[in-house]
Amino acid sequence: MSKFRENISKYIFLALAFSSISALALITIFIIINGIPIIAEVGVLNFIFGMSWAPSHGEFGIFPMIIGSVTVTLGAALLGVPIGICCAVFLTEFAPQTISRIFRPAIQLLAGIPSVVYGFWGLLFIVPMIRNWFGGPGLSILAGSIILAIMVLPTVISITEVSILALPRNYKEGALALGLTHWQTIYSVILPSAKSGIVAAVILGIGRAIGETMAVIMVLGNAVAIPESILDPVRTLTTNIGIEMGYAAGTHRQALFATGIVLFIIIMILNATAQYVTRKKK
Amino acid sequence: MQDQYKINIRDMSFFIEKKQIIYDLNLDIRTNEILSIFGPAGSGITTLLRALNRLNELIPGARIEGDILLDGKSVYRKEVVLTELRRKIGMVFDVPTPLPMSIFDNIAYGARLKGEKNKKVLSDIVERALKEAALWDEVKNRLKTSALALSGGQQQRLCIARVLALEPEVILLDRPCSGLDPISTAKIEDSLTQLKERFTIILAPHNLQQAGRVSDYVAFMLMGELIETGKNDDIFANPKDQRTSDYITGRFG
Repeated sequence: MSKFRENISKYIFLALAFSSISALALITIFIIINGIPIIAEVGVLNFIFGMSWAPSHGEFGIFPMIIGSVTVTLGAALLGVPIGICCAVFLTEFAPQTISRIFRPAIQLLAGIPSVVYGFWGLLFIVPMIRNWFGGPGLSILAGSIILAIMVLPTVISITEVSILALPRNYKEGALALGLTHWQTIYSVILPSAKSGIVAAVILGIGRAIGETMAVIMVLGNAVAIPESILDPVRTLTTNIGIEMGYAAGTHRQALFATGIVLFIIIMILNATAQYVTRKKK
Repeated sequence: MQDQYKINIRDMSFFIEKKQIIYDLNLDIRTNEILSIFGPAGSGITTLLRALNRLNELIPGARIEGDILLDGKSVYRKEVVLTELRRKIGMVFDVPTPLPMSIFDNIAYGARLKGEKNKKVLSDIVERALKEAALWDEVKNRLKTSALALSGGQQQRLCIARVLALEPEVILLDRPCSGLDPISTAKIEDSLTQLKERFTIILAPHNLQQAGRVSDYVAFMLMGELIETGKNDDIFANPKDQRTSDYITGRFG
């Protein structure tokens, strides 16, 4: 009797586990089936490196959007990563318990704000500020980078923090017992030892930034062109899909799915790198 | 008489929050001798060692009463600079703690922090420290490789070499051989007996045999109290306190 119940529960869990994996499989297959024909028709190189995106004229080049995604994400990383790492070091090394007890949930709360709210706030606050201070339309790479930098903070901070806290306590004590100051201990022992975790934090943060759609649609300006400065508007791979999905049909729609494939591959590479880096440590 | 003592511990009690770890301890430690402090686990020996270089201050809620004198001056004076104190009183832990860098850099690190840049001087310091810790012959051809690639015994000798390179006056060793094989242990014990000519050494041995082999003086601690202290031979041959005798003969602990 109890063996029967053991088996039943085992198969129920198995079925539920499969359902989550099969969702991934279904989505992947669906995107590939819908996107591959147009890539085959246009050619991989023409699709990826094509400069012109005019679906109604049969031109499907997504290079400006790849540039858009890369620049905005890079900007977000440059702004967000140093802040995130410093914040994690502060929380683990300097902050008294009372402060870290307030900070930690507050940072987690950042992750809970809907992305559309970030976008709305960026549109009403960041965009006019850039327009007034630096000129240009305000809708720009810079605006998108600032918004995304804030959005990746929870990821970068919490993973960095966990990897610092996971270090053996005697690392720090060994360094302090050598007569190193607290700050010397942090930059010569703690940060190098937690390096692989920090790299993973950065990569996962970048993955989150490159996949974000709603917030950046509202602040990037969405022009399909190679930008000349960080004050120029751009369109990213994600916003391309988000903007045009509503009315696209036929080859146009296929091209959007193909954009999705490119995005999918980029994010898979990022995640695989993050996993590789963290696993190498052991 | 006073001047042959390196460290005097005076009426020291130690608390974490409300829990008392060490009770009213008095102990005088002689210059250029090896003192072994032994006792069952949880007796406060590690806490005592870490009170000497003030590493206990990392523990939230830690509080000390009484005083600890180094060369007759309190290490808890306001004007004591912690980093200087910890260079004077070096410490080796029970788990080897090599820094994530090369063997050479691990040992040169302390000297570099003091401002030494001359390569010749640095490599002299490294060579001498490694020789004193009986590690030189094993690593002299791979000083640039990562210290993390060494075996456990080698890592521990590296940690000893690193402390020696700081030119400390006192060396604290907290069960330095607990994870090591007998051969590595013998090598470390050999170097300790040579090092005492230049340093004052306080050792928490990982067993009574080790205390017996290397010490000049021993002290027995139990439940945070110092029960008895004296010359190595005296304590082991005829302990004055019943509890010491019980522990040495293996009746408890």
